[in-house]
Amino acid sequence: MEEPKLKELVINRDWCKGCGICVHFCPKKVLELDDNEKAFAKRPEDCICCKLCEFRCPDLAIEIISSRGTARRAPTKGLLL
Amino acid sequence: MAIRDYIRERFFPHIWCPGCGHGMVLNGLLRAIEKIGLDKNEIVMVSGIGCSARIAGYVDFHTMHTIHGRALAFATGIKMSRPELKLIVPMGDGDALAIGGNHFIHAARRNMDMTAIVMNNRVYGMTGGQYSPLSGYGTMSTTSPYSNIDHAFDVVELSVAAGASFVGRTTTYHAKQMADILGQAIIHKGFSVVEIMSQCPTCFGRQNRLGSAIDMLEHFKENTTPIGSKAKQKNPDLIERGIFVQKKMPEYCSEYEKIIERAMVTVHHRDRRGHREYN
Repeated sequence: MEEPKLKELVINRDWCKGCGICVHFCPKKVLELDDNEKAFAKRPEDCICCKLCEFRCPDLAIEIISSRGTARRAPTKGLLL
Repeated sequence: MAIRDYIRERFFPHIWCPGCGHGMVLNGLLRAIEKIGLDKNEIVMVSGIGCSARIAGYVDFHTMHTIHGRALAFATGIKMSRPELKLIVPMGDGDALAIGGNHFIHAARRNMDMTAIVMNNRVYGMTGGQYSPLSGYGTMSTTSPYSNIDHAFDVVELSVAAGASFVGRTTTYHAKQMADILGQAIIHKGFSVVEIMSQCPTCFGRQNRLGSAIDMLEHFKENTTPIGSKAKQKNPDLIERGIFVQKKMPEYCSEYEKIIERAMVTVHHRDRRGHREYN
């Protein structure tokens, strides 16, 4: 299957509290905190759309929009993710 | 539906501290619900008191923010009157197992179809960091400044012993596993308990010198292991995570429905007999 490509890395700056969890756990080190202690995508070209930042963000402030779409339906039984 | 559609955006940003694990539980729970594809009107979330209980304010389901420790009792009432609804009951560690300890074990024993989530950050965060029944021996807190001599409950063992038909444990670090276990717990017909080890960097972390939220998440990563792993045999101190119990058992509301039917048949017979005797 074709690798998903990043279309947009949306960070809601009003909701981000700058805990740095997304920055620390990003496997490709895409994100960094800016001078206002808010996350931003420093190297979006390296993003592999694993969405770990989106899944772990305690403030629901990150959304990864990739070429494969964001709202995929999963079956109700078995592994959900 | 995106997870944004399941929240009350007007209350965001939420009140939880930067790096709080409870936000991550909210995130995982919404993803689980989105994947199952539940409608907002099918779900009732009932919470008690504490940082954890604030979660009910942020989700756009039917919600009830009730009294300390009694979330399961209120949820029992709702489920008995409207058994078709999905009940989700997030509780803190003190809420579930100190103040609400009795409700917890009896709810597990009855096997009523609902999902109890224990958001275990091992401390009463909202009131300033007092120890809870899950803090554990040797931990520091506002009320144990020379270290705690109480031993902690093991939520999994307690729930299994109390008769819960679905028991799981995970951590906030394992975000995908969290969403997966929560989803399975919600689908499960019966009483489900999911313990989610959550970080409180502000109270528990600071008092126990565990570092930042990131350090605490690294701690969850290093000190937990999947059920039955080889790592557990080498190092018995590792905490196991996964689904411990998943069994079919008669569900309380279905059983109660049968009792109603049985009673109606008996009453019907008695009425007919009475009618004959009268004539």
